[in-house]
Amino acid sequence: MNDSSSLRTGFPLTFGLDTFGDVHSDETGTLNSHAQTVRNIVEQGVLADSVGIDFFGIGEHHTYDYPLSAGDLVLSAIAARTRNIHLGSAVTVLSSDDPVRVFQRYSTLNALSSGRAEVILGRGSSIDSFPLFGYDLSDYEVLFEEKSELFAELLKGSPITWTGTTRAALKDQDVVPHLEAEPFPTWIGVGGSPQSVVRAARHGYNLILAIIGGSPSRFQPFSNLYLEALEHFERPAQPIGVHSMGHVAETDEQAQEEFWPRYLEVIKHVSKTRGFAIPTPESFRHEIGPHGAIYVGSPETVARKIAANLRVLHASRFQLKFGMTGLPHTAVMKNIELYGTKVIPLVREILGSES
Amino acid sequence: MTSPTSTTTLPRIGILGAGHVGPAIGRVAIEAGYPVSIAGSGDPAKIALITQILVPGAKADWPAQVAAEADIVILAIPLHKFRTFDPSLVAGKVVVDLMNYWAPIDGTQQLFEDPRYGSSEIIQQHLSGARVVKSFNHAGYHELEADRRPAGSPDRLALGVAGDDREAVELVAALVENIGYDAVLLDSLREGRILEPGGPVFGASLNKEQFAQVLTAKAAA
Repeated sequence: MNDSSSLRTGFPLTFGLDTFGDVHSDETGTLNSHAQTVRNIVEQGVLADSVGIDFFGIGEHHTYDYPLSAGDLVLSAIAARTRNIHLGSAVTVLSSDDPVRVFQRYSTLNALSSGRAEVILGRGSSIDSFPLFGYDLSDYEVLFEEKSELFAELLKGSPITWTGTTRAALKDQDVVPHLEAEPFPTWIGVGGSPQSVVRAARHGYNLILAIIGGSPSRFQPFSNLYLEALEHFERPAQPIGVHSMGHVAETDEQAQEEFWPRYLEVIKHVSKTRGFAIPTPESFRHEIGPHGAIYVGSPETVARKIAANLRVLHASRFQLKFGMTGLPHTAVMKNIELYGTKVIPLVREILGSES
Repeated sequence: MTSPTSTTTLPRIGILGAGHVGPAIGRVAIEAGYPVSIAGSGDPAKIALITQILVPGAKADWPAQVAAEADIVILAIPLHKFRTFDPSLVAGKVVVDLMNYWAPIDGTQQLFEDPRYGSSEIIQQHLSGARVVKSFNHAGYHELEADRRPAGSPDRLALGVAGDDREAVELVAALVENIGYDAVLLDSLREGRILEPGGPVFGASLNKEQFAQVLTAKAAA
């Protein structure tokens, strides 16, 4: 690798795990109940902390397959049983939430965890929350713009004065609990909207690129846009992260055998409502290869791919969406263990030897 | 992917929409040698940075200006904004509709809930002065750049180009070919329904032969 492609973001490398609250199965292959799913996620977060993972994120969803509608409560249970791991949303659908409430909940989590809370704000790629809370999807742009602006104000600390069209105005309002020290890290998750990239820079949020299909390198212009936009708005440098799905097992073969049938099942299900094409063994091989977006394989395979893409995207944070729906709980726990004990040290080694 | 011809001979592409899709199309059109203008929802200053980084070489301008100067208008606005789109902007123009109607994702929109018509036919009805061509909608904008191949490559993919106006279809087919895809021409917007979400072509990454097989199977069904 030549100098220009080595990783010099100016930020420490950090590694996270994200879950959407996927329902897994027990040893007999029976799908767990929602309640058991929620309890299992606490165990997953505790294990993640014990194997040295830096971040554990829960994505807000409101569906039968992803019953994690109140992820912050689950995060606080994890906080009570862990010491080091940072805990956050991945993502909070801010467009259909109240920024004041989001701040209150995560400021509370930050207090409980002694400064380990993070928030990733999303406009809403998963849209089930809009009808649930009475929002019109066609308003998502104005909702997200106003609410991300208000959230940036809240992070600066009280008193808050804000006026907009999507919630009641605030005048010299005290919003509690106050932060103890620095504001918790707040990111904007972006799937492909350049406006969201510019918005993140304008409000001073970190950037997470959610890459769920296709070549990760095609997101490089988005990293460049973010870095240029930070400069344009005279903001200090801020970190870029990458979120993608995957699964780690002892060998490539085992990881593929475990992941593929569940992935196929999930995409088949989603294709009915979203119009996605059903993956073929060939398209799957492409996605898990060097030019695809899915990280499935042995620790070596996955580590090499993470290192390569962090470099291409000028990113210092990687978040693996683990635990595809329907996987056995035991395979999910093994994935967490291997990610913490093998994958992360390998990525650090690969990237550390270059800079 | 074809070697760019002199930019003065190629039609000007005017992209309305600087969201997910607009800049992706703009970039590959520029690389194919086309002059490109792009507009967001209003003041070009708001998309200056996006244009500079994501579509280098394109001219950012006001929507009316972009449409007026274009030989081919690419309509890449969020579909829910189409209700309020001013048809006079594109009167007489060749308009590429690459939008899709996915009720589960975009929410139900009454305008597109008419089972008698495909979404591009409804777009054509509202843009009665324009010559609407349906294309690019069934390929992921994510992959548009990476999947380009020179003409004759065995792994070159095909894109459907459907429209009621043959001349307009051929103009857009040339754009498709110059960008790096085989164009499969469909004789009407009605036939273009086969390109819609849920259909056999949508998201399927087919080459020309596979695409032809789908059409044959459809005709036989």
